[in-house]
Amino acid sequence: MLEFRTDPSRYKHWKLAVEGRVATLALDVAEGGGLFPGYELKLNSYDLGVDIELADAMLRLRFEHPEVGAVVVTSAKDRVFCAGANIRMLSGATHGHKVNFCKFTNETRNAIEDASVHSGQVWLAAVNGACAGGGYELALACEKILLIDDGSSAVSLPEVPLLAVLPGTGGLTRLVDKRKVRRDRADFFCTTEEGLRGKRAVEWRLVDEVVPRSRFTDTVAARATELAAQSARPAGESGIALPPLARAIDGDRIDYDTLTLRIDRERGAVEIIVKGPTDAPPYDVAVAKRQGAAFWPLSLARALDDAILHLRFNEETIGTWVLRSEGMLDAVAAYDALLARDSSDWFIREATLYLKRVLKRLDLSARTIFGLVEPGSCFAGTLAELLLAADRVYMLDGSIEGDNRPPARVRLTPMNFGAYPMVTGLTRLKARLQDDATAIADAAARIGEDLDAAEAEKLGLATFTPDEIDWEDEVRLAIEERAAFSPDALTGLEASLRFPGPETMESKIFARLSAWQNWIFQRPNAVGPAGALKRYGTGQRPEFDRGRV
Amino acid sequence: MAIDYIERIPNNVDLSRDRRLQRALEEWQPRYLDWWREMGPESYQGLDVYLRTATSVDAKGWASFGHVKMPEYRWGIFLAEPEAGRTIGFGEHKGEPVWQEVPGEYRGVLRRLIVTQGDTEPASVEQQRHLGHTAPSLYDLRNLFQVNVEEGRHLWAMVYLLHAYFGRDGREEAETLLERRSGDEDKPRILGAFNEKTPDWLSFFMFTYFTDRDGKYQLASLAESGFDPLARTCRFMLTEEAHHMFVGETGIGRVIQRTCELMREHKVHDVAPFGAINLDTMQRYLNFHYSVSLDLFGSEISTNAANFYSMGLKGRFEEGRREDDHRLTDAFYPVLALDGGRVASRDEPALTSLNARLRDDYSTDCARGVVRWNQVIKRHGIDFELKLPHQAFNRRIGAFANMHVTPEGEVISKETWNAAVDRWLPTEQDRAHVQSLMKPVREPGKFASWIAPPARGINNQPADFQYVKFS
Repeated sequence: MLEFRTDPSRYKHWKLAVEGRVATLALDVAEGGGLFPGYELKLNSYDLGVDIELADAMLRLRFEHPEVGAVVVTSAKDRVFCAGANIRMLSGATHGHKVNFCKFTNETRNAIEDASVHSGQVWLAAVNGACAGGGYELALACEKILLIDDGSSAVSLPEVPLLAVLPGTGGLTRLVDKRKVRRDRADFFCTTEEGLRGKRAVEWRLVDEVVPRSRFTDTVAARATELAAQSARPAGESGIALPPLARAIDGDRIDYDTLTLRIDRERGAVEIIVKGPTDAPPYDVAVAKRQGAAFWPLSLARALDDAILHLRFNEETIGTWVLRSEGMLDAVAAYDALLARDSSDWFIREATLYLKRVLKRLDLSARTIFGLVEPGSCFAGTLAELLLAADRVYMLDGSIEGDNRPPARVRLTPMNFGAYPMVTGLTRLKARLQDDATAIADAAARIGEDLDAAEAEKLGLATFTPDEIDWEDEVRLAIEERAAFSPDALTGLEASLRFPGPETMESKIFARLSAWQNWIFQRPNAVGPAGALKRYGTGQRPEFDRGRV
Repeated sequence: MAIDYIERIPNNVDLSRDRRLQRALEEWQPRYLDWWREMGPESYQGLDVYLRTATSVDAKGWASFGHVKMPEYRWGIFLAEPEAGRTIGFGEHKGEPVWQEVPGEYRGVLRRLIVTQGDTEPASVEQQRHLGHTAPSLYDLRNLFQVNVEEGRHLWAMVYLLHAYFGRDGREEAETLLERRSGDEDKPRILGAFNEKTPDWLSFFMFTYFTDRDGKYQLASLAESGFDPLARTCRFMLTEEAHHMFVGETGIGRVIQRTCELMREHKVHDVAPFGAINLDTMQRYLNFHYSVSLDLFGSEISTNAANFYSMGLKGRFEEGRREDDHRLTDAFYPVLALDGGRVASRDEPALTSLNARLRDDYSTDCARGVVRWNQVIKRHGIDFELKLPHQAFNRRIGAFANMHVTPEGEVISKETWNAAVDRWLPTEQDRAHVQSLMKPVREPGKFASWIAPPARGINNQPADFQYVKFS
């Protein structure tokens, strides 16, 4: 079973050091420390295990180090920054693992950019050696790239010439959309195995600066200090520790403090039951900080994050995620009020940004997502985002006889109107309502109201609203029918329908990954017996089917 | 600037009619001379040195002797004569006609191979630039300079290929070859061993025996290349490389000779008080230079080496004499590896083991000289044998990097290593003693106390010939 929970004391591959306002994250991959047998992580190449630590470090820097305004990502190895994803790992992995791996690494790169843009924690890549493929893509996720000028260290995206695949973590999109590299030059760069270095790398905007070896360390420190000085993060506050996330697995039931999963293997479905807050929110920010990791929104974000990753990687055949909730709408709404009121506080902002990223992770999961609104559920505001992320929402009309819990209701809060954009930049409500101004205004007019099934359906928040007589059968049939379809077709269908509206760099990265990379990953030219990935490392040349598709 | 190409740059590549090449060399040649003046042999640029110059590739022209000032040396461009109907001898293109132009698909890889080889040539000149001050005789001083100008010519040879076949990128790489500096923090030479100092003449002889021999094996593999201009260039370079190894082998042999003579004469083991170098010190120098040179072959298991072979760019040593399919896709080769705390041999796919195989060939070759040195010791009736250390000893690259292995091949702890390393690698004391002997001898026919005269002179010149004229 793959485990995503870790902490710096268990890192095998990264060295995290914080000095004043600057953190340094040095990649020092343990060659023998791969997650699976059969490959060695040479030249600072990475597998999922390396990236899990990076994701953990990124998160901890945000919560545990409010004083840090700049993060330097560099290599602890001589003359090599990072060689990218380990090729032998990729060529030995199942297609499913490759796709999952790429998605996760992309989410981490996006989270790094999110930290630079929204957290005041700006990432800088200090490329002190050879930087290829995923290594350069990691640098591309940073706001600034400094490349050592030693006559040999280069940045490169050698996937096409070397492996017959594409850069899998947004490299192509970031070249043209983020760094504004001219596309003719990008074309040359991406077909040149050895990449570019020195002056030309700067002229072509592949890096921001080249620095001689003798001045490299000092220059990196100076640039990082400049960036940190511009950060609004508080220098004098103590951080919020992230202790190990409590999780109990008991057969097909998994419990977190704020979440319970119940897996139904026969139907290929899991119920994800969110537990709303049981107490009123903290009176003010100081109290929230004293609660630390137990602060309900943060606790929920961590649990949901871990649950999504666990289900993605360890429960691949559980194709339908059924989202439910238990609790009080008022309590959830009260937390939303706190998040909105104190959004300028660094901790409240981080908790909200974390929820935003987890919700994006949910959107991007290749699983059917159904939302169930029943008596006793608490889909208000932040939790209503779960319904808006769902492919379909079933809401019980009224109550169930003999059930004395309050009837099914949903509630919108201001948090549904901007705090949690999707990768397209739209709120989930806008995406649901086709960005129709009238429909959105209608919904906004009902902020704070408890909406019953008929009202929710009318506003576009519920898909179907069976009454108590039909409820059980309707829900059961929907889940059973879903399980009968082709999982591949469903993944494509859902991904195509979930993201209406505009594209952003972030949405493009995932769309291109799914459409192109994942296609190429399946093709004989890459993975056939004579394909480039299979032949890599044997010294034998790949054989290509020359037909263009 | 008009250059009389035939006179200034002896060549057999029809330089006077190749405008593209002329244009490239017109820019590069002055920079090369600047580099030579700045980084070539220190203080001796104005002296007349008895040098061999290649003026053509035939038996008559490849060795024209005469006194010349080094900056006026005629660095030429020579390719071995083409072989009619030559076909690619190995890899996936085996049997196809050799390439006269760079195949587009392999352009980047070939360029990298040529640049890596080319970078070592000026590097060794830089490493050795101070040695002229302490030469043990005019004969040795001349040999040093001969080696230096030929390394310079080898740089020319590689630059010729870059200019002639790789367009703008090739010209840029040729410039960078002159910009990197051995041991420079900002612009180091590409390979680690070429950034180390050559501090004394014993190191120089060891370098020319062991490290230049790596060059021989690299060149010999490239001489098999399906890219014919590279193959022909390397074949001609090999004739010169042989002289460098001759300097190394006879140099070490003469030091041993001198030591043995003194041991016999004074009936002692320790000849240091007599201004010579003890045999165990020689062994430690040998251990060091051999192990550092082994690193130059790269990782035992190498995808790059496998690719170069399959692409038909870099073959095995004496590829043509080997009897197998020359494709190696189904073959295996025994490679040394760590196995349960011991160094043991295990079969690996032959393609990815090409570095290990070339290293083995090299080791076999190295051992031949050691046998000849031991004959010198034996002839003096002294009970001592020089030995090559185990391949896993003192390695920084490959399967044995970061491990501690004795010269006999036994894996040991760091503590044991630290306690014994002074027996195996040159100590501060060794180096200080060797350094103390480095006094220049400039009288024709005279030699420093620690080295015997050569058996015969260069180009059969008499013993007191003035190889270098100090005016």
